[in-house]
Amino acid sequence: MSAHAEEHFAGSNKLFISIWVWLVLLTLIEIFLAYRPMPIHFMLTILLGLSIIKAALIVAYFMHLKFERLSLILTLVPMLVICICLLFVMFPDSFRSSGLRYKYKEPPPVAPAPEEP
Amino acid sequence: MSTEARVGHFPAVDWDGGALPYRVGHRKLGMWLFILSDSLTFSALLVGYGYLRASNNWPTPFPFYPSIVFSSVMTFCLLSSSLTMVFGVSASSRGDKAGARKWILATIFFGLTFVVLHLIEWNHLISEGMRPFFLPEHWVKVFTTADGVPPSPLFGATFFTITGLHMFHVATGAVYLGVVAARVNKLKHEDIEISGLYWHFVDLVWMFVFPLIYIMSVDVGGHLAR
Repeated sequence: MSAHAEEHFAGSNKLFISIWVWLVLLTLIEIFLAYRPMPIHFMLTILLGLSIIKAALIVAYFMHLKFERLSLILTLVPMLVICICLLFVMFPDSFRSSGLRYKYKEPPPVAPAPEEP
Repeated sequence: MSTEARVGHFPAVDWDGGALPYRVGHRKLGMWLFILSDSLTFSALLVGYGYLRASNNWPTPFPFYPSIVFSSVMTFCLLSSSLTMVFGVSASSRGDKAGARKWILATIFFGLTFVVLHLIEWNHLISEGMRPFFLPEHWVKVFTTADGVPPSPLFGATFFTITGLHMFHVATGAVYLGVVAARVNKLKHEDIEISGLYWHFVDLVWMFVFPLIYIMSVDVGGHLAR
């Protein structure tokens, strides 16, 4: 720990203001996109892409991770990305259950009663 | 022969270990690990929300006013609070404790504005009849498909859980920053930086909650207004 009163904190206020402007602009694009007619898959992909860019800007500059040691970045980021990817392992099941849930407009057929011996 | 103890020696390579292999204090590392675990909590909730949404007839009931206008202003508040927080940490790094306190108080102001706006938005939805496991009757009529499939009542459960947990984080963050602002002269710079990490994380989570919960649920055709 430094004995000086001042600590090193990289990044100027001008840089932080420019990051804030980018974040606001990307948010405005998201709101604009909400009212553009497009397939939900395109919308989801674009919105998630913009969100990941915004998250990266916040983590890198506001949370200062860009200026930390590479070993800290490599310890934190890949593990989180892998764990989040693993959360999606069961996601395809949602499409299957979607097909099952409302398959029958009428009550589902019942199994025939077993024959009397 | 020198009897001087050598301290503060950093290894040449990142993976050589040493007293501070990451060159951050143990408290800051602890906050990063907490943020990782909390990120996974929110990720699990958002993936669960996506799962339910993909497997159900999901309503898209949010009108431009009040829902989208309120949530957009709330987003602006959180982004601005992150900017004021980073100014506070920057002031603290220069030894300007009074400046750091001023910017932290501005951050708390934006955070509390976010909470108040969010509660007003919740009140709109609750007064319309939305509950964790029920939808308003007119939503059910409008969003029932031509095949007669009703919209999922879990819309309310996912909405209140995810936005509620996030609002709880903002509220506790405001209390945390209040304590930091009150004790700013006694705290080290790293302690103020750590509180900033938590606050930026709360902002970061909203960058996913806002598009996935609000933007993806916009009533584009104005079905409910008809």
